[in-house]
Amino acid sequence: MPPDYSMPAMEVVRELIRRKAKNLRLLGVPVLGMCADLLIGAGCVAEVESSAVSLGEAGLAPRFSEAVEKNLIKMRDATCPAIHTALQATEKGVPFMPLRGVLGSDLIAGRKDWKVLQNPFSPGEDPILFIPAITPDVALFHARWADEAGNVWIGRRKELATIAHASRLTFVSFEEQKTGNMLEDELLAPGVLSATYVSAVAQARNGAWPLGIADLYGIDDAHLALYAKAAKTQAGFDRYLDDFVLKSVAV
Amino acid sequence: MTFKSEELLACVIARLIGGAKHVAVGAASPIPATGCLLLKAQGAPLRVSFLHKRKGNPFTEGSRELFDLAGQGRIDVFFLGGAQIDGAANINLVRAEGRRFPGSFGSAFMYPVVPRTILFREEHSRRTLVPKVEFVSAAGNPQALLTGKALFAWQKDRRRFRLESVHPGHTAEEVRNDTGFDFDFQEINTTKEPSEQELALLRGPVAQAIQADYPDFAKRVWGLN
Repeated sequence: MPPDYSMPAMEVVRELIRRKAKNLRLLGVPVLGMCADLLIGAGCVAEVESSAVSLGEAGLAPRFSEAVEKNLIKMRDATCPAIHTALQATEKGVPFMPLRGVLGSDLIAGRKDWKVLQNPFSPGEDPILFIPAITPDVALFHARWADEAGNVWIGRRKELATIAHASRLTFVSFEEQKTGNMLEDELLAPGVLSATYVSAVAQARNGAWPLGIADLYGIDDAHLALYAKAAKTQAGFDRYLDDFVLKSVAV
Repeated sequence: MTFKSEELLACVIARLIGGAKHVAVGAASPIPATGCLLLKAQGAPLRVSFLHKRKGNPFTEGSRELFDLAGQGRIDVFFLGGAQIDGAANINLVRAEGRRFPGSFGSAFMYPVVPRTILFREEHSRRTLVPKVEFVSAAGNPQALLTGKALFAWQKDRRRFRLESVHPGHTAEEVRNDTGFDFDFQEINTTKEPSEQELALLRGPVAQAIQADYPDFAKRVWGLN
């Protein structure tokens, strides 16, 4: 799943909660926010791999923090470029990719799947981190448009393309249907994710709310602040679910 | 001349950045952003990439572009903070005193890769400046550590901080009491106050520009609505 600022499929997240999804393993590319906090608070999540989980300007992600503090979910801490690198390895069909930096961080001790090895091309000592490829089961995000050819438009949010390229299945909710084929429009085409990578689409107007989608609607800061306050306790979170998730909301 | 603490810190940041060509500023960093814009307003040929800018962010390759730029050496200066910072310049964004924080973000990569990292944490207390962090999110050799009370330089050869200056309104004794790690000091200076020219720029064009991304900050510091 993408970060809150990169077209998250919030309506699908709400539906997963209504359907009582269980034991989900979330991968943040490269960080997560309200989407993850909602799923964790609703008991849908067994494991999170991410570089961070936070509500951004609205502060800590309260359900995530408490779940980790109480050991209710497994947390695999990463750093942003390590997740990008792992997905780029899958995009290229190679088993791993190296990444500079990170040496000296305690993250490495927590990640038995990462290896620090000698750079095989360097004559001198040159340790470098190797990250194994990640192949997510499902890529899930929201798009501005879907067209008749099954393409979706993600604009400049190219991490969404990387997730889709690397995942076995890609499910996309979208705002508006476009006629024709966006790949035939030279101005739209650079922001298009080809139907090659898209398993299924479904329309969800305002589907990213209370988060935003560039140029269409911005983040609903007041609602995010309301959520951050409510979710400080499980009881407050449960009331939030009752009010905004379990009954369908008109926005 | 009266000035706000935020204005002083922005001026210190502008001086620390100095002649850099390209600075990247992370999310929720109004004071580093203000320092960068002050430097630009002073005529410095500086490129500033604001991450997570709601409108018109500088990247078109998604969030990996920042890290690819840094990996190639195309970013000269970056800012990092931490729930805890220790005397060996390690930062911790993961957990402290039983509390879980968001996580390491890109720090583990950026800190050792970007040539100049400025550690910035407004809160200067034994809670934030500790002898040893509980978790090393990232390790590196910073250019400096700037807090709401003082400026420290990093001595790479000794792997220790040296107190450079104490901000007006604070004392060296207070800084020593409120710092959880040991540090070196020689003569202790007072941090240079913002000049009239700096304050005029901050309160004019810089404040206007900051307001777009940090409306609450601009309201609190400069009363902009």
